[in-house]
Amino acid sequence: MISHLRTMWLVFRHLFMKKATIQYPEEKVPLYPRWRGRIVLTKDPDGGERCVGCYLCAAACPVDCIALQATENEEGRRYPEFFRINFSRCIFCGYCEEACPTYAIQLIPDFEMAEYKRQDLVYEKEDLLINSEGKYPGYNFYNVAGLDAGVKEKGKGKDEETPVDIKSLLP
Amino acid sequence: MPTIYIDNKPFDVKAGKNLLEACLSLGIDLPYFCWHPAMGSVGACRQCAIKVFKDEEDTRGRLVMSCMEGVKDGMRISVEDETAKTFRSQVVAWLMTNHPHDCPVCDEGGCCHLQDMTVMSGHNYRHYHFKKRTYPNQYLGPLINHEMNRCIQCYRCVRFYHDYAGGKDLNVFAAHNHVYFGREKDGVLESPFSGNLVEVCPTGVFTDKTLKEHYTRKWDLTNAPSVCQHCSLGCNTIAGERYGQLRNVVNRYNHEVNGYFLCDKGRFGYEFVNSENRITQPLIRNQAIEAAGHDTVLQYMRTLVSGHTLIGIGSPRASLESNYALMELVGKENFYQGVPDDLVYVEQKIVDILQAGCIHTPSLHEIEQADAVLVLGEDIWNTAPIMALAVRQSVMKTAATHTTEQLPIPTWHDAAIKELVQDDKGFLANVTMLPSPLDEISSATMKAAPDDMARLGFAIAHILNPSLPEVPHAGEELLAKAADISKALQEAKHPVIIAGTSCWNNALIRAAFDIAAALHINEKKAGLAFVMQDCNSMGLAMMRASSFDRAVANIQRAANNVTAIILENDLYRSIPAAKVDAFFSKCKHIVVLDTLHNRTTEKAHVLIPAATFAEADGTFVNNEARAQRSSQVFMPANSEIRESFKWLADVKALLNTVSNGHAKHMEDLLVALENKYPQFAGVSRVAPPHDFRIHGARIPRESHRYSGRTAMLANMTVSEPKPLQDDDSSLSYTMEGYRGLPPSPLIPFFWAPGWNSGQSVTKYQEEAGGALKGGDPGVRLFEQTTTPPVFSKDIPDAFTPRVGKWMLLPQYHLFGSGELSVYTKGIASQSPEPYVSLSKRDAEQAQLKNGDTVSVKSDGKTYALPLSINESLPDGIMLVPAGLTGMEALSWGAWINHSTVTV
Repeated sequence: MISHLRTMWLVFRHLFMKKATIQYPEEKVPLYPRWRGRIVLTKDPDGGERCVGCYLCAAACPVDCIALQATENEEGRRYPEFFRINFSRCIFCGYCEEACPTYAIQLIPDFEMAEYKRQDLVYEKEDLLINSEGKYPGYNFYNVAGLDAGVKEKGKGKDEETPVDIKSLLP
Repeated sequence: MPTIYIDNKPFDVKAGKNLLEACLSLGIDLPYFCWHPAMGSVGACRQCAIKVFKDEEDTRGRLVMSCMEGVKDGMRISVEDETAKTFRSQVVAWLMTNHPHDCPVCDEGGCCHLQDMTVMSGHNYRHYHFKKRTYPNQYLGPLINHEMNRCIQCYRCVRFYHDYAGGKDLNVFAAHNHVYFGREKDGVLESPFSGNLVEVCPTGVFTDKTLKEHYTRKWDLTNAPSVCQHCSLGCNTIAGERYGQLRNVVNRYNHEVNGYFLCDKGRFGYEFVNSENRITQPLIRNQAIEAAGHDTVLQYMRTLVSGHTLIGIGSPRASLESNYALMELVGKENFYQGVPDDLVYVEQKIVDILQAGCIHTPSLHEIEQADAVLVLGEDIWNTAPIMALAVRQSVMKTAATHTTEQLPIPTWHDAAIKELVQDDKGFLANVTMLPSPLDEISSATMKAAPDDMARLGFAIAHILNPSLPEVPHAGEELLAKAADISKALQEAKHPVIIAGTSCWNNALIRAAFDIAAALHINEKKAGLAFVMQDCNSMGLAMMRASSFDRAVANIQRAANNVTAIILENDLYRSIPAAKVDAFFSKCKHIVVLDTLHNRTTEKAHVLIPAATFAEADGTFVNNEARAQRSSQVFMPANSEIRESFKWLADVKALLNTVSNGHAKHMEDLLVALENKYPQFAGVSRVAPPHDFRIHGARIPRESHRYSGRTAMLANMTVSEPKPLQDDDSSLSYTMEGYRGLPPSPLIPFFWAPGWNSGQSVTKYQEEAGGALKGGDPGVRLFEQTTTPPVFSKDIPDAFTPRVGKWMLLPQYHLFGSGELSVYTKGIASQSPEPYVSLSKRDAEQAQLKNGDTVSVKSDGKTYALPLSINESLPDGIMLVPAGLTGMEALSWGAWINHSTVTV
């Protein structure tokens, strides 16, 4: 009997407390910047694609929902020929973001991806690519890599010496 | 067997090995870079350090490089010692100071020895905060990519390219911490073994340029064990597929056959599988709609096969199963090899010799161990490159053995042996028509016409066994050469004689046999190896069917209702066009099964798309009569592309009124073949049967890291299809299955925990560099018997040039003469343009200069070709490159009447 009364009292008290429910979708839920939602592909500061098609995200994906094909332009800069994420399989674990060595793949605070048809949850590169550097502004992988892929010449990168003169025998 | 104590546990190890080999053979993970099982130790990288203790009491020990220290009985070593471990991780940290941050864009990533060793040594954080050294790159041709920044200076590339394979244009330049591995200037790598740099280099300095075109990581490939299709040696390969395309070919270790290395034609010549020129649809010609489906074409075939005389033309590049299925369909008497008469005659002689079995036929591994080699009339550099590499090893090893017999230096001590051996060479006599890169390591060479080479052979045989007939009218030079060579062969313990079909000369085969048999009688273990032309030439020749010329002759007599079925064979490549046209004109219906459109498929009334080696299971017999299984790498998305033997089985079912409705498995075909033709006994044992399982599980073609399973086809439909079911073999099209060691014929790829690169092959071997566990794949169909040899009495006359006539002979080019390999752009670009070669004297007499157009009349046709004067070509011979794209087959060995100049 006491327990019943106590319950009624608690419920009554809640009438005067702040509401936890929000009027979604009119009212948006506050999401933190590191919230792991929809996956995007970001761009380098020079506007080029950040993804170099290294396949690490695909290998890290526990549900194998990422498929891509790497290719390269005449300068040797790599980019994905196609990049496909099957969001009907994605579990938003963020392993792909963790694996990405170029900060290309990022999970952003957006989860509103519901579709009526499951097929529409298959995102191609055009759907994934955003015109932004995402969480890591100013980073360009090719500046720290040894490769000359049209971004910087050999020896011009961060912490690189000028190329060796192979004809020289000087110490 | 010495016992050594590793971390206080006793192990029995093989004497004469070094500690690194011993540890790896025992399955202990010990990192290394510069050591290579085929090339020995130099102790350059300092990565394989371990502790050696004086005795049981010694707790301090000393650090040694395990690759430079031989095993001794009772030795006490430690791999897990803290000092040794710290040392190893420090060494790799030093190696990494200049290594670029390239892994994501490096093609080696995922199968990189440097990655593996770095992880294994425990170096995981960079403490070095200074600048990295950089290098300019070089253009090394269309097949190899160069990215010098990634180099860790282990010297493996030059040790392979320069020392092992004899290449001259790759070397080490500059000094101290600037050493540079490359060419003197940009240019195409000259050695036909340059592709091995991709696998020899422990990091990504040298990578496969053809793979770069459609880059896929090793873990994403669907792999299967296959057999190389580009020459008769049958090197074992691993072919990898992704998204329905063949992506790369890498070496599959087989101790007896190719060992660790492949030639560039085998490694890069796979692109025909992805060619636009593939036949993808059954066609019924002369209909309103030519394209037909499986059922329609079979319906149509019903009218063509019943009530008609069937003639089957087999193929030296089709599998044994397909050739046999065709033979079964048309009947043995109506089955012909799609090979000209002269070649069948030579090949038949080879099969007779092998089948009689009085001489041992060495495997490539045994050729490497030979201490004297005579190459009689075969240009092995172009027709069997890996055999040329094996011959080179025999020459180098023999010299090394002479040294190590005098001084107690272990065979793996590469640098020390090289220093002692200097320029000493073992014995190689290279008797060929044209100069070959092997000449520079040869002790004796001779350039002569085929008949003269055969005469030299008979002269040698006569010296070795004086009861054999003397060569009539032999010149002094010839006898002196013969004396030299026979002396060296007689002194050798394991001499090997190599001959082949590329001169289309029967006498050469007989001469080679006589020499080997003469040596054998003197209680020598002589070996006799033959080189054939195509990947299954031996298998086809062993079926002992008649030649194509017989088919032409027989069809003239046949009634006018012949249906010819041509199996995977472009007849215009091997047989003069006039003869092929004559054959086709007598056929009422022509059915062609092939993989790529060519001149023969143009003639077909019914064209059936056949599967290439990558899409088919098949058994191929190599030059030493070793039957080997090549497994299906991927199922073509287009279900019309099927193995020829499956198409032929369907056609056969049309003939039988009663059919049980079950498709035959491959092994049923092979068992039937064995039962019918005893020379094939054992062929059904080449690979485990299709229902073979290990603990109920299949062997997965995909690695456990295979990615994209739920996305790769999602653009078509989001529901994943059922995994493909392979009913023909025990390999599966999934990532699931048995993850232990598969039986050696079914190894789809080499991988071991911690060993992602190809170096993981050590885990599959009995001992480092030894045979694969469970025996090397392949079944040798002929073994040595005690049959007494039958010597030949018929010695050809010396070759004499005729006035105004030339003997027409083929010149084979490694890059260019292959029908399939030229579909790889990088190989096609290195293929020579058509030409005709004459000797200097002949050209002078006809007043011709280099580049003049010469008209060659052969088989009623005239071909205009530019002249290239060859100074070492014997007079009276006209050489034309064989099998170049767009060139027709000529009557090799025939005398050409005239050659006129049209400038």
